[in-house]
Amino acid sequence: MKIAQNLFAGLLTSTFLAGAAFADSHATHPVTGQALASDQTFTYRLLDDIPSFDPQVLEDVDGSAIARDLFEGLMNQDTDGNLIPGVATGFTTNDDKTVYTFTLRPEAVWSNGEQVTAGDFVYAWKRAVDPELASPYSWFMELMSIENAKEIIAGEKPLDDLGVTAIDDQTLEVRLTASLSYFPQMVTQATTFPVLQSVVEAHGSDWTKPENIIGNGAFKLVEYVPGERVVRERNETYWDNANTILDKTIALVINDENQAYTRYLAGELDRTEVPSGQYPALKAEFPDEAVSFPRLCNYYYTFNLSDSGPEAFKDVRVRQALALAVDRKIITEKVLAGGQPEAYTFTPGATAGFEIPEVEIATMSQSDRDMKAKELLAEAGYDASNPLSFDVLFNTSEAHNKVAVAMSQMWKQKLGVQVNLANQEWKTFLETRGNQDFQLARGAWCGDYNEASTFLDLLTGPSGYNDGKYSNPKVDELMIEARSSNDPQPLYKEVEEILASEMPVIPIYHYAGVYMLDTDLGGWPVDNVQQRWYSRQLYKIAE
Amino acid sequence: MLNYILRRVFVAIPTLLILIVLCFLLMHSAPGGPFTSERPLPPQVLANIQAKYGLDQPMIVQMWNYVVGIVTNFDFGPSFQYKDRSVNDLIAAGFPVTLTYGSISFVLATVVGVSLGVAAALKHNTLLDYIAVGVAFSAQVLPNFVMAPILVIIFTWQLGWLPGGGWEGGKWPFLVMPVIALSTSYMASIARITRSSMLEVLNSNFIRTAKAKGLPTRTIIWRHAMKPAMLPVISYLGPSFVAMITGSVVIDMYFSTGGIGLHFVNAALNRDYSVMLGVTILFGVLTILFNLVVDVLYAWLDPKIRY
Repeated sequence: MKIAQNLFAGLLTSTFLAGAAFADSHATHPVTGQALASDQTFTYRLLDDIPSFDPQVLEDVDGSAIARDLFEGLMNQDTDGNLIPGVATGFTTNDDKTVYTFTLRPEAVWSNGEQVTAGDFVYAWKRAVDPELASPYSWFMELMSIENAKEIIAGEKPLDDLGVTAIDDQTLEVRLTASLSYFPQMVTQATTFPVLQSVVEAHGSDWTKPENIIGNGAFKLVEYVPGERVVRERNETYWDNANTILDKTIALVINDENQAYTRYLAGELDRTEVPSGQYPALKAEFPDEAVSFPRLCNYYYTFNLSDSGPEAFKDVRVRQALALAVDRKIITEKVLAGGQPEAYTFTPGATAGFEIPEVEIATMSQSDRDMKAKELLAEAGYDASNPLSFDVLFNTSEAHNKVAVAMSQMWKQKLGVQVNLANQEWKTFLETRGNQDFQLARGAWCGDYNEASTFLDLLTGPSGYNDGKYSNPKVDELMIEARSSNDPQPLYKEVEEILASEMPVIPIYHYAGVYMLDTDLGGWPVDNVQQRWYSRQLYKIAE
Repeated sequence: MLNYILRRVFVAIPTLLILIVLCFLLMHSAPGGPFTSERPLPPQVLANIQAKYGLDQPMIVQMWNYVVGIVTNFDFGPSFQYKDRSVNDLIAAGFPVTLTYGSISFVLATVVGVSLGVAAALKHNTLLDYIAVGVAFSAQVLPNFVMAPILVIIFTWQLGWLPGGGWEGGKWPFLVMPVIALSTSYMASIARITRSSMLEVLNSNFIRTAKAKGLPTRTIIWRHAMKPAMLPVISYLGPSFVAMITGSVVIDMYFSTGGIGLHFVNAALNRDYSVMLGVTILFGVLTILFNLVVDVLYAWLDPKIRY
């Protein structure tokens, strides 16, 4: 209840102006009326040190969260994940959605007082595709279908050919090679955030150090101790500073989740992850603090359908039998026990605009599924005298191991299948899977943007991530059609139905965010499935 | 003696080169690379990155450039994982941290360990001996990855006396738990080695002679027994000191001290070749240096040893 209330408050803060008196100890929240704490500091746990603060270079989730505080892109997300204006007050597009024109707000300034101009975006976007910077996230600009991005990355065209132009200081025009209806969603990604050319050029790779960095976000970087902490403080020059309540955000690097949890109990942290498997116990002990909410990530096993894969998996009946026999209820409720939704489709139900289609496997009872699985496997010619046997590969982790063991037991008991489990260290695993040197391997994906294509594109022929080498021209065709469609949902539904009948992958569950959130923290966007949070949405309630 | 030291320093150079080559080959033979990720990079993006870091060159050229960079500019290259920073930055930020808590742990472990060991040997088979041996063994069987969380549960959560982690430039409340967690098992080993070595020396002929001459116990212990008894302890202290000041993965992980200990593991997992090489070379140089120090100390402690 409290969460809903806080969330509601966070949502409305952005729409109400409330003066700048928040630091006052007697201040109340402009919307909820809750008394605000005099110390507006939010402290949270980071799993690992931040690889980079440079928006065009960084590629990790935690680094992006910091970049969203230090920089502001054209558009932002609200606490529900809806698109709201950022530096741009809005945009217009042509009929076939290949040209987008953003209007920038004149009051947006950098933390050194200079105005944020369309030219700053042009510089940043060119920087993102510059082969000299060699950003590992330059592919995102390709994904955005910006004119000539691909050719510039390949070194075939000069930087200046990028399809982005500053018409004047307040107008930015972007030209795309394909019609993209979800393009505005993509500019909430850190790769597209502006950077100030003079600062980047003056300091080189040192420009992101706290003493050099200039940003245009609601917060600024004041301290960074590698491996220990990242501190950011309110940026007084931010255009919407009057609506920022929080004064300071501290991220502490704590590798071990149990250690982080102990420090949360000691009051050192306002937010940390619930240690794996402990959610039910903690929910019972701290009902107001332990929260679980759906996230935009899936968890699945992929069959190797390439030539190097086992012959047995080329038979759709075998794939279906294995998918049917996995009791997802046991995995989500007994093994993971973190409130994860069971998965029968590739795309999580939490995805914006996506409604999970009623695929057959989802509507059956588990005993019906088991029965059908046995029939299918028998039809495919596998029985006690000729048992199916294969290898399962996953990356080393206790949680993945538990799921793999549970699945192998289900297959063994229900279908008499012999499964050999193997795990590999992360990079070795990626290499092995990428070389199709596996039979059945674990996979997982978190959406790059909140739209079903971020998931379904992975199972198309050209996708670099399609490690199982599943290929169906119909799926590829539907996904291309969806790109420019005004209502792509029926197309996504059709793709999911094809996937459910051909079963190139076994969806197991969709991720849940499982956090301990201190009750005096307000505004945490639990309904934002991408967990794109901004410090300026948060506030501390007086206890 | 000076000749000996110079000779050792000279031998250290090829040793280090072999270390670099081996480390280079081992790192590159591990599957995957620094830019292997969940989402395979488009070939062109990967090619740009590899060109930027010189990974597109033949291995021998990469190795040569690396060594030349170190010799001419003391440049250990950029980190592939921490893209805003160089290996020099990472070591400059982390090494002072581990050097601080490592040195304090070393002094504590040595002073307490040696005292405990000597006391136990002198009061052989008395209650004091049993207690000292008991304490040493318990400390040894309690590994620091068990000790660290227990310390935080007691001193941070239950008692609220100490911060659960962090460094804050090395203020003392942040030092207490890392130092305790790091030093105890070394302390225990030092106590055990000191005790058994002391016992052996106390039973030797020259001590019996000293006793027969009627020397006071204090003189026997300090003038005659202490030096030879310390020989095995010193040989243990050299490598321990290096291990302590180059940090411990466990300490850095549990107490978020920001030391370089974690890089040893993370750099390998991330295939961050240059960081891995940087910390390995640091470790190698320190090991060679302190082995030399131990050998010099040996000559001073044991008149039978001549170089």
